Amino acid sequence: MVGNPMAPEPIIRVTNFTARYGENIILKDISFEVSPGEVFIILGGSGCGKSTLLRHLIGLNRPFAGTIRVDGIDISSCGDNAFQDFLKNIGVLFQSSALIGAMTLGENIALPILEYTSLPQNAVDKMVRLKLHMVDLDGYENRLPSELSGGMKKRAGLARAIALNPKILFLDEPSAGLDPITSAEIDELVLHINRNMNTTIVIVTHDLDSIFRIGQRAIMLDKETRGIIAEGRPTDLKTNSSHPMVRKFFNSRPTAEPESFIPSSDHDI
Amino acid sequence: MSENHAPPDLTLKPLPNAALKSEKQGDVSFEITEAGNGDLRVAINDRMDHKTSAFLIKSLCPEIRRRSPKNLTLVLDHLTYFDDYGALVINELQQVLNQNKGAFKIDDPLRMTDNILSFVDLKDFERTGSSKPGDHWVEHIGQGALDYLKAIRTMVSFVGSVFLSFMHAAIHSKSLRFGDILVEMEKTGVNALPIVSLISFLLGLVMAFMSSLQLKQFGANIYVASLVALAMVSELGPIMTAIVVAGRSGSAFAAEIGTMKIYEEVDALSTMGFDPVLFLAVPRMIASMVVVPLLTIFSGVFGILGGLSVGVSMLDLTASSYLSQSLDILSLFEISWSLTKSIVFAAIISWVGCLRGFQAKGGADAVGNAATSAVVTSIFLIILSDSFFAILRSYLW
Repeated sequence: MVGNPMAPEPIIRVTNFTARYGENIILKDISFEVSPGEVFIILGGSGCGKSTLLRHLIGLNRPFAGTIRVDGIDISSCGDNAFQDFLKNIGVLFQSSALIGAMTLGENIALPILEYTSLPQNAVDKMVRLKLHMVDLDGYENRLPSELSGGMKKRAGLARAIALNPKILFLDEPSAGLDPITSAEIDELVLHINRNMNTTIVIVTHDLDSIFRIGQRAIMLDKETRGIIAEGRPTDLKTNSSHPMVRKFFNSRPTAEPESFIPSSDHDI
Repeated sequence: MSENHAPPDLTLKPLPNAALKSEKQGDVSFEITEAGNGDLRVAINDRMDHKTSAFLIKSLCPEIRRRSPKNLTLVLDHLTYFDDYGALVINELQQVLNQNKGAFKIDDPLRMTDNILSFVDLKDFERTGSSKPGDHWVEHIGQGALDYLKAIRTMVSFVGSVFLSFMHAAIHSKSLRFGDILVEMEKTGVNALPIVSLISFLLGLVMAFMSSLQLKQFGANIYVASLVALAMVSELGPIMTAIVVAGRSGSAFAAEIGTMKIYEEVDALSTMGFDPVLFLAVPRMIASMVVVPLLTIFSGVFGILGGLSVGVSMLDLTASSYLSQSLDILSLFEISWSLTKSIVFAAIISWVGCLRGFQAKGGADAVGNAATSAVVTSIFLIILSDSFFAILRSYLW
């Protein structure tokens, strides 16, 4: 079985999982585990099923075959009540941030707090301001999402995802469409949350910088085999993997390898 | 349970006091004990998280406000979980104490709070939020007036750009997308035919029935045919068709263009060198102005058929006498007047639909607002222009 035998009971355990849309099999028979408190990375090229896997992990889609256990709850077959419990334990940052456009940032973050706690209004306001402060968006509680830049929306989405301090935080391509500085800031924030709140982090990404900066363990999915082609620490994957796809991914080379399409810099000028 | 672990420094106190108050709910329990000289000790056990914070705040704060101790020690030696919601509880307690000029101390031998309190400064809770822009009513009125003026300006400038695009399309007919026009004609016209026919048929039926109740008394059954034909062709046909098209297609134009605007597809068209108005609005307007008059003709025909069915089945009229009476009353002027009106209504519906779409800004709610406002504005403008037509006609005739 995958994973370190010394590690504590895994918080996420995926066994023989198969996903398909209609006739299309996206992922076939994959198994992996995530330990509590880990920063776990799901990586792979475009169209390899990363986002599909994430949608199944957060319970938006039910698996075609296999089981997904998150914090002791089998979300592939559990009833509605258990599923509600599962939802309370996770936070998700969507790729497009998915802030509710008709609500201000403060209302977006207050939404889960008002729903799942019975705190008085002034305490909710305090909590909202604290969460916004955590993601460095002080004073933005009355802004609408449409008034913000991409990076700010991401951070606000993160604040909403951690509003109830979930056990597991899922992030879908947190650095997509952001400049390197902003995406480094987001990574820093995620690490903070991981260390101080002891939150398990699952990130779907293909941003190499981010993978090395915060990833503790990674799996790599592949379009051809529809499964996991590599698993381990990101640095190990880069240096030790024998799989050609993994090497290409970490060295940012195209699969077809055209003969220097773009003239290299010494030919310029 | 809190009774199982009495405060560890019990022996140091001169008088071991029994708990003043202790409560348990869900994953948390607390115990308030007297520590002499008006000092209090509050022990919180197990979990301080989002589930328990509301209970702790609601039961501890009033208690402490009531007792207003000089010193308060928070004992957290049996805590198993602590996060920023716990910090919120501490902050609330601190605030109550500050109001009563009391001192506050945390006794946390397990250092459960260290991680969070190094990350979350309790002072962060005290930050004041930014004030909402336009909180004052004067600002609201001013902002409203400015928005209104801006909306009128956009409307006028949109009339201009539609006119220019039509001129451009008339000169460069190649720039017009005929495929799009056909698709829009199908969506606006062909697909609306069943509902327009049904509504008109029923309308004709009801009108014939209601008027026959009166006309029967004078033995003037045959004039039911004239009444239905005239009303359906000159007034109700164009209006009903226009309202149905506004509901079906005007809202669709607004929603479609609004979504394109929000997802920057309109900007993409501009950067590719297309004029968005020519690309999106003109085909829809042309299609509507062609198919709405056709729908109006259908509406008139089905209205007369509805009247006919009542006339034949209830009023002892023959089909041929009913139809010849209907045709007698309808002049060419009547029919062309009706078609002219319907062309103007079509222009209004498609113009308003596209305008509201182009005005959409923001997120998903903006698309909904655009669709609603497209329907409301077009129905209002249809009725308004119909009144103008009525006045105009009274001068012409």
